[in-house]
Amino acid sequence: MAKGRFGIHGGQYIPETLMNAVIELEEAYDRFKNDPEFIAELDDLLNNYAGRPSLLYFAQKMTKDLSGAKIYLKREDLNHTGSHKINNVLGQVLLAKRMGKNRVIAETGAGQHGVATATAAALMGMKCEIYMGKEDTDRQRLNVFRMELLGAKVHTVTSGTQTLKDAVNETMREWTQRVKDTHYVLGSVMGPHPFPSIVRDFQSIIGREVKQQMLEKEGRLPDVLLACVGGGSNAMGLFYDFIEDTKVRLIGCEAAGYGVDTAKTAATMATGTVGIFHGMKSYFCQDQYGQIAPVYSISAGLDYPGVGPEHANLHDMGRAEYVPVTDDEAVEAFEYLSHTEGIIPAIESAHAVAYAKKIAPKMSQDQTIVICLSGRGDKDVAAIARHRGVQIYE
Amino acid sequence: MNKLEQVFTNGKAFIPFITAGDPSIEITEQLVLAMADAGADLIEVGIPFSDPVAEGQVIQEADNRALSGGVTTDKIFSMMGRIRKSCNVPMAFMTYVNPIFTYGTDRFMKNCQEIGIDGIIVPDLPYEEKDELMPCCLKYGVKLISMIAPTSNNRISMIARDAQGFIYCVSSLGVTGVRQEINTDVKEMIKLVKEVKDIPCAIGFGISTPEQAAKMVQFSDGVIVGSAIVKIVEQYGMDCVPHVVEYVRMMKNAIK
Repeated sequence: MAKGRFGIHGGQYIPETLMNAVIELEEAYDRFKNDPEFIAELDDLLNNYAGRPSLLYFAQKMTKDLSGAKIYLKREDLNHTGSHKINNVLGQVLLAKRMGKNRVIAETGAGQHGVATATAAALMGMKCEIYMGKEDTDRQRLNVFRMELLGAKVHTVTSGTQTLKDAVNETMREWTQRVKDTHYVLGSVMGPHPFPSIVRDFQSIIGREVKQQMLEKEGRLPDVLLACVGGGSNAMGLFYDFIEDTKVRLIGCEAAGYGVDTAKTAATMATGTVGIFHGMKSYFCQDQYGQIAPVYSISAGLDYPGVGPEHANLHDMGRAEYVPVTDDEAVEAFEYLSHTEGIIPAIESAHAVAYAKKIAPKMSQDQTIVICLSGRGDKDVAAIARHRGVQIYE
Repeated sequence: MNKLEQVFTNGKAFIPFITAGDPSIEITEQLVLAMADAGADLIEVGIPFSDPVAEGQVIQEADNRALSGGVTTDKIFSMMGRIRKSCNVPMAFMTYVNPIFTYGTDRFMKNCQEIGIDGIIVPDLPYEEKDELMPCCLKYGVKLISMIAPTSNNRISMIARDAQGFIYCVSSLGVTGVRQEINTDVKEMIKLVKEVKDIPCAIGFGISTPEQAAKMVQFSDGVIVGSAIVKIVEQYGMDCVPHVVEYVRMMKNAIK
C-alpha cells in the first residue's frame, strides 16, 4: 500500500511521470519541516509579510441578533492577499525554492489561491503560471488582472466544465511536461500524497492560533468550529489541532448550489461516492460509471466535485460533520455579515456564516462558535450584484 | 490462455489505440475488426473518461465526443464481446482507475475475463498503487501493464521486476499527442528494463510517422500509436474505417 492514507482515502494515483517528483517533494518536506532555519524564515514571512497571527474577532452584534451561542470570527480575510491561501503558498514556494525549482504553477478557482501564489512567486523571485477555468476567469476577472499585475501568466482553461476541476487537470498536465524545474503549488488539502499533508500542515496555523486565542478570551475551547469546504484547506487548517478534542464539534459546510436534490450542486459528502481522481481516493460527485459530474456552485472556490482525503476520513469516522448550504443561503449570509458586522466575507466563507445562523439560536449563551472567515468578499461583489439582478461587471 | 504472449511473435508489434464510442460504438467495432485484418498485433481500446489527465487535446476531445454520444462501460463490454466471437486479435483496455474502481474492480475484471480482454493499461495507477487492481487482475487473468516514463530513472528496475505482459515505455514528458521529435533516451530506458527482466517493451506517446516508428523499433519490441489514429477518426468521422486501415497497414509495413 502506498503512503499518505487517511483510513481508506488518499494515496498517490498519478502518472508514472510524476512519481519521482512527489517522492522528491516528500523527501524535501520531511527534511525542511524540522529545519530551524526553514521554520524561522517561514515564521518571519507569516508574521511580517502575511500579517499573522490573524485576529479572532468577537462578533457581538451577530451574537446578539441570533441570541444563542457566542460567535467568533477567525479573520483569515485580513491576511495579505485577502484569504487563508497565503499560509500554504508561502510554505510551498519557500520549499520549492529550497528544492532548487525556479518556476511554480498552480490551479485556481475563485482566484484567491492564484493571487496568493503569484504574490509569493513575485516576492521570492520565481516564475509563475496560473491555470484557471474560463467560467472562473469570466466571473472573477479582477483576480485575473491582479495575478497578471503580480507578474504571473494566467492560462484560461477551456477543457471540460471550464472550472476548478479542469484547472487542476491542466496544471497536472503541465507538470508532467515540465517536472524538472517546476513545482506545482497545489492549493488545497487534496491531490496525491504528500500534498494533503503538506497543505494541512501549513494551514494548521489557523487552528493553533484559534486554540490559544480562545483560551485567552474564554478560558476554554470552543463548542463548534465552522468552515466552508471545497477541497477543504481552510477547514482542515481550522480542525486539525482540535481532532483530539472530541468535545469540540467540527462542521464543514459544503456548497449545495441549487440544493442537494438537484443536479446543480457541489456538495460532495452529501451526494458523492468513493472514487479515485486527482491523485487521491476520496468522495467525488460522479455517475455510476465513474465519470466525474459537472458540479455547480455560485462560489468558484467551492465549485469542485471532490473533497480532500483527510476530510473524507473524518467523515467516515464520524469525527466531523459535513452539511450542505445552498447558493441562496450563502448569498443571504454574505449580505447579513456585511450589514451586521461591517465585514464582507468571501462567498465561500459565507457558506459557513449561513450555517452558523442556523445553529447559533439553538445553542445556549455560554456556548461558543468559531467561524473561519477564510477570505474577504471584495472579489465577489459584482457576482452577488448579478445574483440579485444588478448587471455590474468589473 | 492470455493472448498478450502472441503480440510480439510476429516481428515488431504495431499497437493502435482508439477511443471506444468515437464517433460511435458501431464504428469502433468496425475499426477493431478492420485494424486486426490490417495487421495490428494488439488493439488498445480506450474506455473514455471525463477527465483524462494523461491525455493531450486530441484524445481529450475524442473522450468528450464518445461520452456525449452516450457510450458507457457496459456498452463497451457488449461491443467487445461481439468482436471476440469472430476475432482473435489480442485486446487491451486503456482507461483511468476511477471508471474501473467505480464500476467495481471485481466485476470489471470478471467481465474482461469472460469477454477475452487480455490486459489493461491504467495511466494514473503507478507502481505504488498497483494493489488497487492487481488482486482482481490476477484472479481473472487480466494482465496489468506497467508504464515507465523518462523521469522513472531509479524506479525502472523495481517496475520491470514485477511487470507482466509487456512494458509500456512513455517516450516523452507531458501528455499523449503527436510530436515532431522524440528526444528522450528511450533506448537507455529499455536497456535498464532488459537488464532486470526479459520482457517485451513497446514505446508510446508522440509517435505518428512510419519513420519515427521504424526508428523506435530499432531498440524496442513495438510501438503504440494513439493520437495520430484518433485524429484520422476525428477528420473522417463515420467514414474513417478505410483511412485508418490504410494508416495501420503503412505503419505495420514500416516496422516489419
